[in-house]
Amino acid sequence: MIEVYGLTKDYGEKRAVDDLSFAVRPGVVTGFLGPNGSGKSTTMRLILGLDAPTAGTALVNGKHYREFVSPLHEVGALLEARSVHTGRSAYNHLLALAQTHGIPRRRVDDLIDLVGLHDVARKRAGGFSLGMGQRLGVATALLADPAVLVLDEPVNGLDPEGIKWIRNLLKGFAAEGRTVFVSSHLMSEMALTADHLIVIGRGKLIADMEVDEFVQQASGKVVRVRSPQANRLREIVMASGVAVSSREREVLEITGLTAAQVGDAAAKAGIVLHELTPVQVSLEEAFMDITRSAVEYKAVDVAPSRDRAA
Amino acid sequence: MTTISANAVVPPLGQVGRVTQFRVALSEWTKLRSLRSTRWSLLVGSVLAIGFPVLFATVLSNRWSHLSPHERAHRHPLDVALSGVQVAQLAIGVLGVLLITGEYSTGMIRSTMLAVPKRLPVLWAKAGVYALISFALMLPAVLIAFFASQAILGRHRILQISFSHSGVARSVIGGAVYLTLVGVFSLGLGAIVRNTAGGIATFAAIMFVIPPLLNVLPSSWNNAINPYLPSTAGQAIFALTHGSDTLAPGPGFALFCGYTALAVAVAAILLHRRDT
Repeated sequence: MIEVYGLTKDYGEKRAVDDLSFAVRPGVVTGFLGPNGSGKSTTMRLILGLDAPTAGTALVNGKHYREFVSPLHEVGALLEARSVHTGRSAYNHLLALAQTHGIPRRRVDDLIDLVGLHDVARKRAGGFSLGMGQRLGVATALLADPAVLVLDEPVNGLDPEGIKWIRNLLKGFAAEGRTVFVSSHLMSEMALTADHLIVIGRGKLIADMEVDEFVQQASGKVVRVRSPQANRLREIVMASGVAVSSREREVLEITGLTAAQVGDAAAKAGIVLHELTPVQVSLEEAFMDITRSAVEYKAVDVAPSRDRAA
Repeated sequence: MTTISANAVVPPLGQVGRVTQFRVALSEWTKLRSLRSTRWSLLVGSVLAIGFPVLFATVLSNRWSHLSPHERAHRHPLDVALSGVQVAQLAIGVLGVLLITGEYSTGMIRSTMLAVPKRLPVLWAKAGVYALISFALMLPAVLIAFFASQAILGRHRILQISFSHSGVARSVIGGAVYLTLVGVFSLGLGAIVRNTAGGIATFAAIMFVIPPLLNVLPSSWNNAINPYLPSTAGQAIFALTHGSDTLAPGPGFALFCGYTALAVAVAAILLHRRDT
């Protein structure tokens, strides 16, 4: 269980996390979503006691992270930024961390085998590929058999096999009743792994709901209609709270009415319909839609412009 | 690289202990010995501490007949025996800075702080382990340097001094004590600055740059300030004699311990307060 109350973090003038409150329950995988730079990593660092919040608190199983007597046994963490000395071998890295908790060497060997780093365990971690570094990070997180997992972008740099492995791992952990909090900027990845979503943008909470609910909320509100009498239909359905857009002739996209309501209205007016479809929004689109206003760094339009030449 | 196990079954772990100061020290010992850079620095430090006295003793022996009586009178056997300390302090000091700044530059510090979120045990452990290792290596080094240089000079029957001669044992062992303190002092500086280049620059400025710079001041000022600088106070520990412009070994030792404690204390306060 992770509980965050009014969490706020300023870095100088910039507010990275803005009055966040949410809870991460045990037994399910909770996805932590937001565009790059939205404050996900900062929130995790605050939860893990690496940074001190400007205001608010973050508790793990009812305690501040810094209060734990066996922190690695309470929380297994994988941070996005590399957290390994490049000159040390994977084996010695894990051993040094294990020793702080009196964990036997055997456990280090077990985890190295588990994440498939056996052949490179004695080599300097600085020479590791992104994927290998990520596996070492996962081994570090699992080292002390933690009750809570906090993983920042764990699938970054992993091959498809590794991604699947992480997915199964997270689901298995949650099924055992442990708490799993995993961040990603990829909605598609969360769709496959998470049961619950916490979405942030510009450091603020945007959504805190089940994945299904999240999709439902964004879908089913738009109905696409194809009709040779599109213009007449538009006049009929236009009312308060209804928006109609048209991307091509004879096709309308109506927001604010159900497919049944549109169909009934058309039948009453004797309008022929060639298509009537409730538009399904994918999780990806729902995410884009909900975070659009919160995206901090919008891609700049790179199309050549006459203004620039002038 | 072997492939990842197909099913993600993490073996359970029976018992997990609590974080103790001793366990953190064991962890820091593992960290220290598992880096090539630390092994090299310590080896270089030991070799320099022994090598320079041996080299100087050899050169002096060979050139002795060409030296003027005045020059001969100004050569002292302990200066030869402890010449290595002056050089080894560079290796020990730089490594002290690196032990902590290396964790910041690589990001290892985050793993360390996640394992020991109370943070301060890490600083105590680093300082304690490094002090023990430095002393364990530097004590034999200065003893070997003393007896080796004496043996070389002894073949020409010049610059002989007995280890039991008053103050000699204290000076020789003091050389190792000084190097140990330099290590902890620089580790404290590294923890304050958190950056390798900045840490080494700060260390070099305090120990090597500022002292000669004071010669620009009126000599009454220089004489008043100089004995109390970290470097001068520290070197009083292994100086055989002391004049009016240097401290006696006891007060010098106490003052340099004070500077070291101050550096570590400031580091502790900052480590506790700052974001990682």
